[in-house]
Amino acid sequence: MVEKEHIIIESGDAVQPFAYSVGMHGSRFFAEIRDNKRFLGVKCPRCGKVYIPPRGVCGDCFVEMKEWVEVGPKGVIGTFTILRYAFIDPETGAQKPVPYGYGFIRFDGADTLFQHYINIEDETKIRVGARVEPVFARERKGSIRDIEYFKVID
Amino acid sequence: MDRAAIIGVGMTKIEKRKISQTFADMAWEAVNKALTDAGMTIDDIDNVVTTSSDFWDGRTISCMAVGDASGAAHKNISCVEGDGAYGAFYGMMRVLSGSYKTTLVTGHTKGSESVSSLITNAAFDPIYERSLGMDMITACAMQARSYMHRTKTTAQQMALVSVKNHGNAFKNPLSQLPLKIAVQDVLQSEMIADPLHKLDCSPVSDGCAAVIIAHESVAEKFKQQPVWIKGVSFCADSFFFGDRDLSHARSLAEAAKKAYAMAGIRDPKKEIDVAELYDAFTYQELLWLEEMGLADDATAGKLLEKGEFNIDGRLPVNASGGLLSGHPVIAAGLYSMGAVVRQIRGDAGGFQVKKAKTGLVHGVNGLGGQSHCVFILDKDK
Ligand SMILES: [Zn+2]
Repeated sequence: MVEKEHIIIESGDAVQPFAYSVGMHGSRFFAEIRDNKRFLGVKCPRCGKVYIPPRGVCGDCFVEMKEWVEVGPKGVIGTFTILRYAFIDPETGAQKPVPYGYGFIRFDGADTLFQHYINIEDETKIRVGARVEPVFARERKGSIRDIEYFKVID
Repeated sequence: MDRAAIIGVGMTKIEKRKISQTFADMAWEAVNKALTDAGMTIDDIDNVVTTSSDFWDGRTISCMAVGDASGAAHKNISCVEGDGAYGAFYGMMRVLSGSYKTTLVTGHTKGSESVSSLITNAAFDPIYERSLGMDMITACAMQARSYMHRTKTTAQQMALVSVKNHGNAFKNPLSQLPLKIAVQDVLQSEMIADPLHKLDCSPVSDGCAAVIIAHESVAEKFKQQPVWIKGVSFCADSFFFGDRDLSHARSLAEAAKKAYAMAGIRDPKKEIDVAELYDAFTYQELLWLEEMGLADDATAGKLLEKGEFNIDGRLPVNASGGLLSGHPVIAAGLYSMGAVVRQIRGDAGGFQVKKAKTGLVHGVNGLGGQSHCVFILDKDK
């Protein structure tokens, strides 16, 4: 049999850096978490749905949302997973330490779910409907990482 | 309304790593298979739609890079970024527009050349979601949990989807991963993202598929028996996962309803003979079946246990082995379409089902089924 040789071209370590605008809604949302540990959503003037994270338009109604509403900081787990397989951390390029919890949180007063890490120290407490509260980072910089994780308080 | 038919299909074998083929090489193979299947030459094709994703291909304007090998020279070529079913939808609209008669639609992906979790991570919102590491498997694990919580579907029932589809793959030579496994094997496979085990997830795959869609005025001009598009619809839901009821898929329910209405189908449970649908993860086959009205709410798991979706059951689902047995992401919907077309023509070979007059093809675009495309294909015009 003929031995096959495969020549591969690798893309290398080059990266494509982006600078994403977070917009007016994101700016206020992150500033409130950073400065006051408060969560702000927006309310649709037509259907009354309270959205978090906040954004300019209610997709269902196609109307602009301008009314800010404080939600949480407590809520319940809407759904969750526990990651057991070490995926690559998109922030660092290193493998993430496993296991860790990831969930969708329904803040008190919100109609949509907000995703973040869930502390899984006691796995038996992690269930749909469990009450949770956020644990904030000591040094907050105005990003989603200003929240370290949510923990079950049942 | 004018009618359109699928008059040729061609697919490469789905493989873990097509190391000896470039994207264009795969397109060349699939396109020539489709032309042969239809009894056409490239001169009989009057326009081309290619389907690909720039992130998966690792380049921008990826769809244009396969034009030469797809016979697009001197022709109108257009592109769809998304699942191949959406490329087929667009291809069909072109022949119905009156401007074209024969559209060649292709879709290709090589999952093997990149890190899948980073590619799917990049589809999430860069401001709120991406830096936490959210990716397709994490998101779908949460969708699975939500579906299980609402419907009481069990891990065993989900595992049985994997057992069925990997078993079916033995009958399809194009499939990547036929496996003789039992429910226990699925449950004992590595837990990736609770509740999804490794064997609840589709593999990383390479492949390219092509279909040829013709206007009714020329559909019977070539040697292949046309398979008629009787109904089609696609609908989208909110972008953010957190905005949706993850235990349901309202956009699929809507898309299916509209496709059935267009095809004149009143009772899909009775009138659909065979279905190929998007089973990237085991639970999705069950969830989508319920949303499309092919099983009553919260019953798909039980019907599966009764054998209703087996290759010899009431409604064979993913008789080809489905995406669980080989998942070239962007091409997926075209592979499903190719499988149903062959069923209706009676030339599906080893995975041929007994009765296949009317078939359903389902494609998904966006994370966790943000949007759904449903085709109803039929032997009769
Ligand atoms: Zn609204």
